[in-house]
Amino acid sequence: MNTDTVLIQALVYLAASVIAVPIAKRAGLGSVLGYLIAGAVIGPFALHLVGDQADVMGFAEFGVVILLFLIGLEVRPALLWTMRAAIFGLGFAQLIGIGACLAVAAMILGLPWQQAIACGAVLAMSSTAIVLQTLDEKGLRRGAVGTAAFGVLLFQDLAVIPLLVLLPLLGNAHGAVAETRGLHGWVHGVAVLGAVILIIATGRYLVGPIFRFIAKTRLRETFTATALLLVFAVTALMQLVGVSPALGAFLAGVMLAENEFRRELEADIEPFRGILLGLFFITVGASLDFGLVARHPFLVLGLTVGLMAIKAEAMTRLAQLFHMPRADARMVGVSLCQGGEFAFVLTGFVVTAHVLPHHIGALLNAVVAMSMVFTPLAFIAHERLMTRPDKTDGPVPEAPSFDADPDVIIAGYGRFGQIAGRLIRGNGFKTSVLDISTTQIELLRRFGQRVQYGDASRIDLLQAAGAEKAKLLIVAIDDREKALELVAGARHAFPDLHIIARAWDRRAAYELLDQGADEVERETFEGSLALGRSALVKLGVHPHQAHRAAAIFRRQDKRFFHKLRPLYGDEEGFVLASRQSAMTLEKLLMAERQGSRFDDVDVAWDNTGRAEELEKVRQKQAGD
Amino acid sequence: MALGFIKTLTGKRATKTPAPRRLEIVENTGSAMAQSYAGRAALVLLSHPAMHRSRVNAALLGAVRARPDVTVHDLYKHYPDFVIDADAEQKKLLAHRLIVLQFPFYWYSTPALLKEWMDTVLLHGFAFGRGGDQLHGKTVMVAASTGGDPAAYHAEGYNRFTIAELLRPLEATAHLCGLTWAEPFIVHDAIHIDADEREKAAAAYDARLSALIEADRA
Repeated sequence: MNTDTVLIQALVYLAASVIAVPIAKRAGLGSVLGYLIAGAVIGPFALHLVGDQADVMGFAEFGVVILLFLIGLEVRPALLWTMRAAIFGLGFAQLIGIGACLAVAAMILGLPWQQAIACGAVLAMSSTAIVLQTLDEKGLRRGAVGTAAFGVLLFQDLAVIPLLVLLPLLGNAHGAVAETRGLHGWVHGVAVLGAVILIIATGRYLVGPIFRFIAKTRLRETFTATALLLVFAVTALMQLVGVSPALGAFLAGVMLAENEFRRELEADIEPFRGILLGLFFITVGASLDFGLVARHPFLVLGLTVGLMAIKAEAMTRLAQLFHMPRADARMVGVSLCQGGEFAFVLTGFVVTAHVLPHHIGALLNAVVAMSMVFTPLAFIAHERLMTRPDKTDGPVPEAPSFDADPDVIIAGYGRFGQIAGRLIRGNGFKTSVLDISTTQIELLRRFGQRVQYGDASRIDLLQAAGAEKAKLLIVAIDDREKALELVAGARHAFPDLHIIARAWDRRAAYELLDQGADEVERETFEGSLALGRSALVKLGVHPHQAHRAAAIFRRQDKRFFHKLRPLYGDEEGFVLASRQSAMTLEKLLMAERQGSRFDDVDVAWDNTGRAEELEKVRQKQAGD
Repeated sequence: MALGFIKTLTGKRATKTPAPRRLEIVENTGSAMAQSYAGRAALVLLSHPAMHRSRVNAALLGAVRARPDVTVHDLYKHYPDFVIDADAEQKKLLAHRLIVLQFPFYWYSTPALLKEWMDTVLLHGFAFGRGGDQLHGKTVMVAASTGGDPAAYHAEGYNRFTIAELLRPLEATAHLCGLTWAEPFIVHDAIHIDADEREKAAAAYDARLSALIEADRA
C-alpha cells in the first residue's frame, strides 16, 4: 500500500464513521450500529470505496485486543476469582448447551453430524466487542448482567484454544494436528504456563521500574509508546504459545491491574481502543457479502434470525437456571445472541481443515456478520418489549404496574432520584418511579422499593404511570438529551403538570426551562455548597457564620441565575453578564476576606458603629 | 462558562477598596418591589412556624389577606433557613406606614424567627443610633394569640404578669426605633375558642387595622 492509498483509505474510514456514528447515536441506535452501517455502505459490496478487508481486519482486530487489555486492567485477580461461577459455570454451560442446540438445528437443516457440530461450536461464540461496547453504553457492564455476559465471553475466549485443537478432528483429513506454531501436547501446556509466569513476573518486578524510568523523562508520547509496546509484546507472546491474542491481552491486563501505573496506562490506551474498535466494526460491516445475501436473501435472513432467536432464548433459560432474575436473564440472552469475531477465525480454520465445505463457510460468515449488524436492533426491540406487559410470564409479575393515582412521578431513580424520592415518600406522598436500568431496578427491589422499568421519555408510559392525575413530575435522569426530550414531551402532553428537573449545569438548566420545566435544580450545586461550608468550618470559620455565608451565596447565585436567563442564547451577552455576576460575587467574597462582611452575614452583630458613638458621648461628657 | 466563572472568582487579587456598608447588588428586589407596594399602608409580618396547625392565626390572616392596602409577609415561609435578607426587609419596612407583628405568643415572647428578624433587620444606623431614623413616625402593632385565658395574665394569675408587662421588650424596641406603639391586639385562649369566636376575633382584627390605617392618614 503506498502513501496515497493509505491516506485515501483513512479518509474514507474516518469520514464514514464521523458521518454515520453521530446520526446513529441521535437516532437512538447506538454507536456500534452506526459503525456497522458505515462499513456496509463503504464496503466492496455497496459503494466499493474500500477494497478487501483482510488487511484492515487484521489491524482492526487489535481494537478487540486493546479492549480486553483495558477490561483486564479493571479486573483485579481477586475479582476474577469471585467471577469464577460466571466464567466456568455459566460460560461452560453456554458453550456446550447452545453449541448443542445449534448443532441439532444444523442437523435438522440437513448437515451431517460432523459439520453440524462444527457449525454449532463456531456459532456459539458471541462478539466480545459488540456486547461489551453496547453494555458499556447502556451502563450495564458493571452490574449482574454485565458480569454474566462478560464471564461467558471470557470462557469463549478460553475455549478457542481447545476448539482449535479439537475441531480438525471432526474432519477425516490430515488436519488432526493442532497448528500451534509447532508446539505440541504437554510442551504446549508448559509454554503457556511459562508465558503466564513471565507476564506475572514482568508485571510485578519490571513494569514498575520501567514506567518510573520513562515517567522521569516527562515525555508523554514515550509513555504511551511504552504502554502500547507492552500490550503488543504480551499479545505477541501469547499468540506465540497459541493463546488467543484477546485472551492474552486480558490476562496481561489482569496482571497489571494492581500496578501503580494502572490509571496512566488506562488513560493512554483508551483512545486507541475507541478508534480501533470503531474500525473493527466498520470492517465487519464492510465484509458483509451483499452478493451472497442478494442471491439467497431468505436463506441468510432466516438463518440469521433463527440463530439469534435460538441463542437468545437458550441463553435466557440458562441464566435463569443459574438463579438470575428473569429480566436480567433475558438481557443477557439478548446481549449474547449474535455470532462473534472468533467465528470468522474458526470458520476459516475449519474450512482449511476440510471439516466444512467452502460454501457453508461463506454462508456462516454472512450469517455471523448479519447477526452482528442485527444485535443493536435486537437491543432496541428488547427495550421496547420490556415495557409491555407480558401475560405469558411465570410466577414473578414483571409487567409495569403502577400504584393508583400517585402524587409524584419520578423519572430516573439513580443516585439523584433516590434521595428526592425517599424524602417525598417519607412524608407520606405516593410516587411512581421509572428507571431504564434493569440492574438498578433489581437492586432497588431487593431493598423493597418498587421501581418500574421504562423509558420515561415515552409519553404513553408517563400516562400509564399516572401523569394525568399526578401533581408533580420529577425528571432526575442523567442523560441530558433525554431529559430535554422528556421535559418537552411531558410539557406538551400534560400542560398542567408541574415539572421539576435535574439540570447538569447552568446551561442545561436554561435549556430545561425553555423546554417547559417549571423548576430546575443544578445537580452539583447544593452538594458543592455544603462541602464549601464544611471547608469553611474546618478553616476556623464559626459554623453559624459558615452556614449564613453559604445561604447568602446560594441566594445571590439564584438571583444571578434568573437575571441572566434572558441573555441565555445570546452567547456574547451571556458570557459578559455572567462575568459581571461573577465579579459581583467576587466583591462580596473580597469584602469578607478583608475582615468585614459577606453581605449581611454578621452586620447585625457588628458593634463598631455603636462603640464609636458611645466613645464620642463619653468624650463629650469628659469634656463638660 | 463555569470555568470562566471560577477563574474570575479565584484569579484576581484583592484590591484595596474599602468594603461597602450596604451592598448594592440586589437590583431586582428594589424598584420592582417598591412599585408593588404602592397603595399598601400596612405590612403584616406573620411569624408562625406551623401555620398548617394554626386556627386562630389562620383566621386572623384570612381576614386581612385579601385587603388591597395590606402586604402579608410570611417570615417562616420566606426564610425557612433563618437567613434573613436584611436589605430586602428594610426596603419592605420603608415602603409601609403601619407594621403589624402577628405571631403566637411563645414563652412570653415572639417565635424565634421574629426575634432573629429584629436582630438582623433593625440595625444600628438604620433603625436606631446615628442616622438610624428611617422608621421614625411609623406605627407598630403586636397581634398575638395566647394559650392562657385572660385571667392568667395577672399578678395573681399563674403567669404572674400582665400582657402589657410581658410585651415591654417589644415596646422598648419600638421606642428606640422611633415607632409609635399601638395598643396590642391579643386573642386569648387560642386553643379553646370555637369557630364563631375565631370569626369574631378576625373581624375585630380587620376593624383594628382599618382604624389604625385611617388614623395614620388623618
